[in-house]
Amino acid sequence: MKQRKLKWITLVFVLGAIMMLGACKKKVAPPPPPAPPAPTAPTASLTANPNTIEKGQSTTLTWQTTNATDVSIDGIGAVDPNGSQSVTPADSTTYHLTAKGAGGTQDATARVTVTAAAAPPPTSSATEEELFSQNVKDIFFDYDKSDIRSDQQSALQGDAGFLKQHSNIVFTIEGHCDERGSTEYNLALGDSRANSVRTALVQSGIGGDHIKTISYGKEKPFCTQSNEQCWQQNRRGHFVYQK
Amino acid sequence: MHRLFKWLLPILLFSPSTFSQDWIRTGTGLGVEKVRLAVPDFKASTQDAKNTDLLKVFNDTLWNDLDNAGIFDMVSKSFYPLGPVGSPPDVKFEAWSAPPPNAAMLAFGNLGASGNTLTVQGWLYDAKNVTSPQVLGKQYQDAATTDAARAIAHKFADEIIFRLGGGIQGIAESKIYFVSSRSGRKEIWAMDYDGANQHALTHVGSISLSPRVSPDGSRIAFSSLTRTGWDILMYSVDVGRLVAFPRFGGTNLSPAWSPDGTKLAFSSSRGGDPEIYVVDQSGSNLKRLTSFKGPDVSPAWNRKTGAQMAWVSGRSGLPQIYTMEADGTNPQRLTEEGYAVSPAWSPNGQFLVFSWIRHYGPGAPGAQDIYIMDIASKQWVQLTHDGGRNDFPYWSPDGRHIIFQSSRSGSEQIWTMLADGTNQKQLSFAGSNTQPNWSWK
Repeated sequence: MKQRKLKWITLVFVLGAIMMLGACKKKVAPPPPPAPPAPTAPTASLTANPNTIEKGQSTTLTWQTTNATDVSIDGIGAVDPNGSQSVTPADSTTYHLTAKGAGGTQDATARVTVTAAAAPPPTSSATEEELFSQNVKDIFFDYDKSDIRSDQQSALQGDAGFLKQHSNIVFTIEGHCDERGSTEYNLALGDSRANSVRTALVQSGIGGDHIKTISYGKEKPFCTQSNEQCWQQNRRGHFVYQK
Repeated sequence: MHRLFKWLLPILLFSPSTFSQDWIRTGTGLGVEKVRLAVPDFKASTQDAKNTDLLKVFNDTLWNDLDNAGIFDMVSKSFYPLGPVGSPPDVKFEAWSAPPPNAAMLAFGNLGASGNTLTVQGWLYDAKNVTSPQVLGKQYQDAATTDAARAIAHKFADEIIFRLGGGIQGIAESKIYFVSSRSGRKEIWAMDYDGANQHALTHVGSISLSPRVSPDGSRIAFSSLTRTGWDILMYSVDVGRLVAFPRFGGTNLSPAWSPDGTKLAFSSSRGGDPEIYVVDQSGSNLKRLTSFKGPDVSPAWNRKTGAQMAWVSGRSGLPQIYTMEADGTNPQRLTEEGYAVSPAWSPNGQFLVFSWIRHYGPGAPGAQDIYIMDIASKQWVQLTHDGGRNDFPYWSPDGRHIIFQSSRSGSEQIWTMLADGTNQKQLSFAGSNTQPNWSWK
């Protein structure tokens, strides 16, 4: 009897210490043990795959728990102890799983990051300017040339397709050149490039009064290294949305 | 090419048609030998404290102008006889005309500030003509400032150059207009011909390019990015601000004045393709001169006759230099290969200076250098060989010098040289400086 009493006092003392140390976790002290072997604490894990999605896309939450009798995920509700579920969050969300069992409570979290939509979803809130920059591709040129190269035709057709659907958009085509050659000749060449893109769009049915052109020659390069990769970046007709 | 050099040099430096008495009096008589000129430092004529600074600026400027002129063999100061030479009684003829100085000509004088007034007396003596030595005697008065001292030195240098250089006006009082990015934006700047006194003229705040000063020096036409695109703008040197000039639509570039100052040629894409147009100096009577697909840009009038124009065209692929009559007829291609741009016609109407990547293409060195071409024979001479991209050459009013931009020092800067390619000197150092244009006088 004395030994039991001592054991009891020790237990209370230890539990008190645990409560003090773990006060933040709001762990509930287990009831006086009905049996000496204390119940095992639950475990829980929660993952989202993929953990970064574009707006409107879905991701799969997967979770595992042990020693839990009551498992729930905030915003979803009670779920099976182990399982997976597809979710479509509108904004970046941290999913929070709580697993309760005889041995206590364990929680786990998974963060899903939602980025702006790339495709034009019908219900999207993307602005026309965003759509323009996502859909209208720059046209690239060969050295000293202003005619539209065959490998640029598909980009040009794509541009024309989008601009036909958004016929109210007013935009500027900037003609750019690489750093080689003279300032004056490059400004004239950039003008020819911008006009070449403009002419192709007008031929595809885009209203010419919605298109402005400007040459920057080699005055505003996209890239400033002296190599062909950089020069090619600078030989282009660049589209700019006009507010 | 070497044959061309032989006759090009004498023509550029000493036009035979204008040989004068002064030239023969030097005793060389050969036409291409340089006059040996001694220029002892001017002497203080007053006790003013400002004299030290004024003398330094004056002496440096005068020496530099005469040295730059390209027609003198400047006698090194270490050969000079002892003792200052401030006025005619100080001249010891024997000491100057005999070796080691062996001077043919002697320029000397005195300078003194008195209150706010600066007085300079200068003489030019024929050192070998003891009985009647005086070629020039000049007196100048101005404010007692270093700017005025520099201006007087330029004036006196130009007098000497005019007398000894075959009657061709000197360039020491001429100006250079150019594009500088020093303020953060490309604006039009001006400087003296020797690189002194660099200052901004325009404050457009966008991108301003291709300044071209009118023959009378009163206006500068240039191309600038405005709200409506690239337009020709007009800056009045007289009133120090922009003055009205019509907008033509499209991309308007590279203005060029006719030598009589009544017309401007420029490139415009107002009709869709960049072509050469000409307008009256007021901007009226617009006429198109070229009509061929491909960029047409950078017109340059024949500065002697005003009857022809050179320009750059991409009608056959890489840009080449062409000439045509000033009404647009009779186009002729001058360069047959490579990448040729930025033509400028010499004051005597005989030569074009331009920038050329002669061997263009894979495996070619691809250097961009300054060349002179004799228009009649299409023979050419390469003037720069020192690396970097060399572009936008332009003639000095006397036709003896060429100004251009070069990247050889690591950034785009303005350089000058004699028209035979010698004596290359860098004039600008801060920021990036391009597209120099020399005043007409």
